[in-house]
Amino acid sequence: MQDHYHAAPTGRNKPRSLHDLLYSKAIRTTFYQVLMAVAICALGLFLYNNVVDNLTRQNIATGFSFLGQVSNFEIGEKLIPYTPRSTYLNALMVGLVNTLVVSAAGIIIATVVGFMVGIARVSGNWMLERLALTYVEIVRNVPVILQAIFWIVVLRNLPPPKNAFVLGEFGFLTNRGLYFAAPASTPVHFWMWLALAFGIVACIIGTVAARRYREVTGRYVDMLLPGLALILGLPFLVWLVAGAPTEISYPVPKGFNYVGGVSISPEFTALLIGISMYASGFIAEIVRSGIQATPKGQVEAARAIALKPRFIMRYVILPQAMRVIVPPLTSQYVSLIKNSSIAVVVGYPDLVNIGNTMMNQTGQAVEAIAVMMIVYLGISLTASLVMNLFNRFVAIKER
Amino acid sequence: MASPSLANPAPFDPDARMPAVEWMKRNLFKNAFQSVLTIIVSFAIMSLAWLLFRWGVLDAVFVTNDPQVCREAAGACWAVIGVKHRPMLFGLYPYEEHWRLVLMIVVYLATVVISLWPRFWNLRILVPLWIASVTAITVLMFGGVFGLRYVPSNDWGGLPLTIILFTGTVLIGMPVAVLLALGRRSPLPFARGISVIFIECLRGVPLITILFVAVNVFPLFLPQGMEVNKLLRITVGIAIFFACYQAEVIRGGLQAVPRGQYEAAASINLSYWQTTRRIILPQAMRIALPSITNHIVAAMKNTSFVIIIGLFDILTATSAVMQDPLWRRYYIEAYLFIAFIYLFFGYALSRYARQVEKWINIGRI
Repeated sequence: MQDHYHAAPTGRNKPRSLHDLLYSKAIRTTFYQVLMAVAICALGLFLYNNVVDNLTRQNIATGFSFLGQVSNFEIGEKLIPYTPRSTYLNALMVGLVNTLVVSAAGIIIATVVGFMVGIARVSGNWMLERLALTYVEIVRNVPVILQAIFWIVVLRNLPPPKNAFVLGEFGFLTNRGLYFAAPASTPVHFWMWLALAFGIVACIIGTVAARRYREVTGRYVDMLLPGLALILGLPFLVWLVAGAPTEISYPVPKGFNYVGGVSISPEFTALLIGISMYASGFIAEIVRSGIQATPKGQVEAARAIALKPRFIMRYVILPQAMRVIVPPLTSQYVSLIKNSSIAVVVGYPDLVNIGNTMMNQTGQAVEAIAVMMIVYLGISLTASLVMNLFNRFVAIKER
Repeated sequence: MASPSLANPAPFDPDARMPAVEWMKRNLFKNAFQSVLTIIVSFAIMSLAWLLFRWGVLDAVFVTNDPQVCREAAGACWAVIGVKHRPMLFGLYPYEEHWRLVLMIVVYLATVVISLWPRFWNLRILVPLWIASVTAITVLMFGGVFGLRYVPSNDWGGLPLTIILFTGTVLIGMPVAVLLALGRRSPLPFARGISVIFIECLRGVPLITILFVAVNVFPLFLPQGMEVNKLLRITVGIAIFFACYQAEVIRGGLQAVPRGQYEAAASINLSYWQTTRRIILPQAMRIALPSITNHIVAAMKNTSFVIIIGLFDILTATSAVMQDPLWRRYYIEAYLFIAFIYLFFGYALSRYARQVEKWINIGRI
């Protein structure tokens, strides 16, 4: 902030003598800044020389060429092809994908739980409010690492597959992982996902069209039900047309493990529960303050013009609450992504875990840590960019 | 924007002095839906409370040295805390020297309690007090003088280590945070640029990467033969991370100080530092206090990240203790105990901060 009293001297009082020069704001300001720049450059040069010196003495290679070397380690969970013969770069990609998967799942769960608990906090029911408050205080104040460690220990202490904890025939909880029944995979699923995406796009277009129509004609078209029908109905229609495949793949014991169904590893589950519960406490508080930030008069005014209750929620309370909620929610999402980096304590192979292994194998700490930092910085910046765009969308439009 | 929580008029509370039946009608049984909700929630709470009570109290074993007794009990085995509390709380520190750690915790808590008392809010008291207590704690922890056995900082652990990490973070981090916040609002474009880049870059990366830098990269930056203690490196790492978040909070406070305050200071010809120190910062810190507290509590939780780089804080020590095959079945009790310690200190901190808000807002509307 350029304060007026720091401003450079104007034409009326030009510096005349040496004394004036020494005490002129502009000269001093420039002098301090040059001094700072020189000090920082000198420090940087000093550190750089030390690093080069130390690395040559310890015979550590520099540069990123090691990323092309064979990694020689196995990764437990991978969603893209990888073998110990693959390169370090491949290993890092596996880790990045794992980080993104656990973060995405965590964001969804934390948002759903956080909104539910946040709404419970202002439900008007004393009992429910207290329960929600207790949940919030506990999950927010216990370190996320402790929570993740707690869940991994709980999951590792489940019985072995031989005498698994059985949930009917639909699921088995074992210390090797959680196994659930799932619809058997058919090519129909691909078309259903496609239909879902199509439905979402159609719904957005429909909503925009309805708003235009309202602005032009003044007639209101409720897009809530048609929108839901588009999003949920289209995949259902595809499923029906494809002959309604109902085959379900059950997990069956085989050897020391289970085959069929879907399996979730204990590491992934523990990390997911830990980071999403921790974040849900913060999100609940954000939602609560957002709802409470809507002035009472707004609701009363809406009632006074006989707006239907569901419209009051959708068009009066929610838009105003979202304005308060979105900015802190963004930073919660970003910090959830960053919290996923504790994966190493539960043994989930995320980016940091694999980067750590790579660092220990090659000794190239500077490069390995730089890769991790750049990736997270990129994720954080992208996330805040996207959310800023969304925020602009919900922000007050002054006309 | 002045935070509404700062304004502190005695609010009109319609619930005060309301008859119990009336209160229940309003808050529990307003309509059919609320009544059903109340009944379901109370039933859930009561059954959960009963299960917990049966597990944690009725069927629990409180004191024993024999894991077999716990094995036979259906409930919790709190005895594990009695048996293992010393390695859990004090880590790898030599067993017969544990009294020094107890003394250290006593000295620390006494110092903190005195500092939290508004009567002693005076730099002429607080600075000597902290210097004395930091010296005493250093002597107690390291030893090597007065006939105390020398214990290198690699052997420190448990609660004292958590306390040292947390206190170091706040003591180092707060001044850095203030400087960064001032830098970000500085009239010098260069200082502003450096602060913005520093704050945004460090806030964009996870704490773990900064700890990795402190442990693995920082030694490479030093000239040959020079070494900095690992614990100090890690504390400074956490402190700088903390400072970047805190700086943003303080900046919010700085921005909320009305422009007239700057103008008034300029009109009586105060210099930049006089204005900042005497006019702007006190107001900014008061405005930002609630968020500052949140980040201090967060700093306490963040000390647990050192488990990843193998420092024996209270959580690492507990995880290590729970490898004992005789007692490892009772991990839930042990982790609950640790969680309770974090909860207790976090709760105490936020309660105290709320009290401070009340004190400093006396006489304000």
